[in-house]
Amino acid sequence: MTMAAMNDAMTSAPGKGRKLGRDLAGLAAILALAVLGYFLFPNNLALLTRITAIALLVLSLDLVTGYCGVATLGHAALFGSGAYAAGIAAVHFGITDPLLMLACGILGGSLAGLVCGVVILRAHGLPQLVLSIALIHLFHEFANKASSWTGGSDGLAGIAPDPLLGHFEFDLWGRTAYVFGIVLLAVVFTILRLIVRSPFGMLCRGIKEDPIRIRAMGASPKLALMKMYVISGAVAGTGGALNAISTQVVGLDSLSFTLSAESLVMLVLGGTGSLFGALTGTIVFMFFEDLVSAANPFHWLTMVGALLIAVVLFAPKGLYGTVAGLVSRWWGTFR
Amino acid sequence: MQTVFSIAVDALAYGMVLFVISIGLSVTMGLMRVVNLAHGAFAMIGGYIASYAARDLGLGFGFAVLFAVFGTIAIAVPIERLLYRRIYGAPELTQVLMTIGITFCIIGIANYVFGPTLKTVPLPAALQGSVDLGFRSIATHRIFAILCGLSVAVALWYLIEKTAFGVKLRAAVDNAAMAAALGVRTEIVYAVSFAVAVGLAALGGVVGAELLPVEPYYALRYMVTFLVVVSVGGAGSIPGALVACLLLGGIDTAGRYLMPEFGEFFFYLAVIAIVCVFPRGLAGRTR
Amino acid sequence: MSAIFEVRNLKRSFGGLAVTNDISLAMAPGDRVALIGPNGAGKTTFVNLVTGNLAPDSGDVLIGGDSVTRIDAIGRVRRGLVRSFQVTRLFQEMTPAEHVALAVLQRDGRSGRLFGHFLAMPEVMAEVAELLGKLGLRELMHRRVSEIAYGQQRLLEIAVALALKPKVLLLDEPAAGVPQSDTGRIEQALADLPADLAVLMIEHDMDLVFRFARRVIVLAAGTIIFDGSPSEVTKNPRVREAYLGSYANAGHAA
Repeated sequence: MTMAAMNDAMTSAPGKGRKLGRDLAGLAAILALAVLGYFLFPNNLALLTRITAIALLVLSLDLVTGYCGVATLGHAALFGSGAYAAGIAAVHFGITDPLLMLACGILGGSLAGLVCGVVILRAHGLPQLVLSIALIHLFHEFANKASSWTGGSDGLAGIAPDPLLGHFEFDLWGRTAYVFGIVLLAVVFTILRLIVRSPFGMLCRGIKEDPIRIRAMGASPKLALMKMYVISGAVAGTGGALNAISTQVVGLDSLSFTLSAESLVMLVLGGTGSLFGALTGTIVFMFFEDLVSAANPFHWLTMVGALLIAVVLFAPKGLYGTVAGLVSRWWGTFR
Repeated sequence: MQTVFSIAVDALAYGMVLFVISIGLSVTMGLMRVVNLAHGAFAMIGGYIASYAARDLGLGFGFAVLFAVFGTIAIAVPIERLLYRRIYGAPELTQVLMTIGITFCIIGIANYVFGPTLKTVPLPAALQGSVDLGFRSIATHRIFAILCGLSVAVALWYLIEKTAFGVKLRAAVDNAAMAAALGVRTEIVYAVSFAVAVGLAALGGVVGAELLPVEPYYALRYMVTFLVVVSVGGAGSIPGALVACLLLGGIDTAGRYLMPEFGEFFFYLAVIAIVCVFPRGLAGRTR
Repeated sequence: MSAIFEVRNLKRSFGGLAVTNDISLAMAPGDRVALIGPNGAGKTTFVNLVTGNLAPDSGDVLIGGDSVTRIDAIGRVRRGLVRSFQVTRLFQEMTPAEHVALAVLQRDGRSGRLFGHFLAMPEVMAEVAELLGKLGLRELMHRRVSEIAYGQQRLLEIAVALALKPKVLLLDEPAAGVPQSDTGRIEQALADLPADLAVLMIEHDMDLVFRFARRVIVLAAGTIIFDGSPSEVTKNPRVREAYLGSYANAGHAA
């Protein structure tokens, strides 16, 4: 093998450069959208911040469902745990620095990820799904019963975060919270792009396709999935903490089956197995929800159901996946 | 002693209702390999139709039940043809999404049509009151539910083990491709089984309305309960489902009697423990 | 030379039927052994017992002199016992380069790394390019597996196994399903396997067996009925008896 031939092989690879370009483009798109949102909806920054928090949840779900193939209907357990961890730290332990609260949220989410991973990864197929649903109900019931810590069904109120970095007050209009959220999302997105492409990300893609082959290569699918669950928990916990800090209250709905199912709907709507897909799905879904549920909450569930059926039937790759597929085909014919 | 007896009777009745509702799910899952999260929604439709027939149309209980069963089948069959048929053999995630989509739609529509309140199915005089066993008395309705469960179990056993349709059904469960090659029209077997499954769900929804109250979120509330019956009992296994139902019925009822302040906490904990201990089901042949 | 791989009195029965009955064999580095046997001889069970996917009722499996009987399948791979699959098990959405890189990274204990990309790891890429080059897959290294021919997938299957730097390689019908025109490439790949590697090949195709193996083991009804040189296998009366009707008439064994 000559060195020249090897270089040739390396440069003909589906470009490292192009991927880096897509990373920067993705980051730029997030920031551009954030700025656009800020000026388009200056009175609705709370909604935008909530979308950002949920986007973190959906990204986290994408890690286990999209990249590892674990079907779960209980992923809000990770998000809610992060939210409650941050909230409880503030209310019961006086940890009101937003960054420390964030750290608590990440820790709480990771811990919940570990617990859920240990349980959910014990089974496959239907039993796995049953475990995930039972888990989210269990977390919900637990938070409901431990009302001295969580406020029960009234929610955990009285979270009063200090100014961010000692300077930026969390104002009434939610500007600080919004900027904080966008920065978090951008950072998490960048880290996840790295992880998804790393050797570990490749290992997980392999596990999704054929765990037996992975075992025959000497790697343990279960350990890898557990690790991914913890990472996923950290991401969801970030979202939860952001939600707790920005809304200053944590409700039981953050640990609900409905939120779990909705996050799965958002992921599938955007397209599984792609971080851009997760973001697209969240944004489209949340705006749609804001529009429809304001009109009639009964119709909202019907619409979500119909939307889901339509996506399964007509766009199984999700919005982002379908559009990306079209674009790359178009690109292919014109090149 | 009094409590133990009450728990036992209620658990038995509850378990039997669970059985009537979930056995259809178990058979269709064993047969079509579809993770059907919408099964509870069909039981809920049955409850709504019966309630409407009995309270608004003034029909008798028996007619209301028949109305509910056939009405639900009439609603479900087109759904099977249009939607379910497209996800046979699809990846699990696709099936989950489609059926949860169907569930959401049904909940939304039920909420819109019938409103968010709880609906009851008035019992006929014969099923009200209680039966005196000499040393204890039992609510007649509980006995009715238990008898329903037993008759369904026996009837299904007869249908599956003793009839020509049962032979085809078992062949299709074991190996659909082989059965088709042998001339079994699997599409028809699927459609009939689906209709029977939905009909049973509706029956269970009506009979069990006293124990599992009919309201729009019924389909979500009991989703895991029905699914766990199948996953623990083993898809397609009648004895497995029966054992799983009695077990779950026992746990849930005992929890409600002994530790009402903890709500469903221990029920879900038990579900997790059971599935973790038997990840392949009691009979060990879920897929 | 001492045995790198050894099986001692391996037994496993299913419901009273001894599918693997008291099998013993030893292999030294560089051995080229073919394991053959009529259908139902217990070859698949034997493979599962050796790789650790099935627990034996009794007996021992040793790698490099150490017992691995109580070590699971993953642990055995890490100790150098690597297998290929009879029906290719590759990741359809991934490229040959990714397959080999993943194997290399896993072997070096770096498959859990959360940063970096293998294309940017020169030492990994050098190995990937070299291995794929040897097997004639270099031009395809960035195609998706689902887009390459079946014969090339079989070669990739071998490449993945080799990337794990095994001490013992278990090849489960490496040429199964490959069109006749492509078997030459696979035979070449088998001939080019590292000289110090112990290779146990399970194969039906007797032509391939005779060209590849320097020692043939015949399994019938769960026991070894022959263990010797390829030139003697067809003369052995027990082997002829086990195969009579299937191979004798077809003229394969001639």
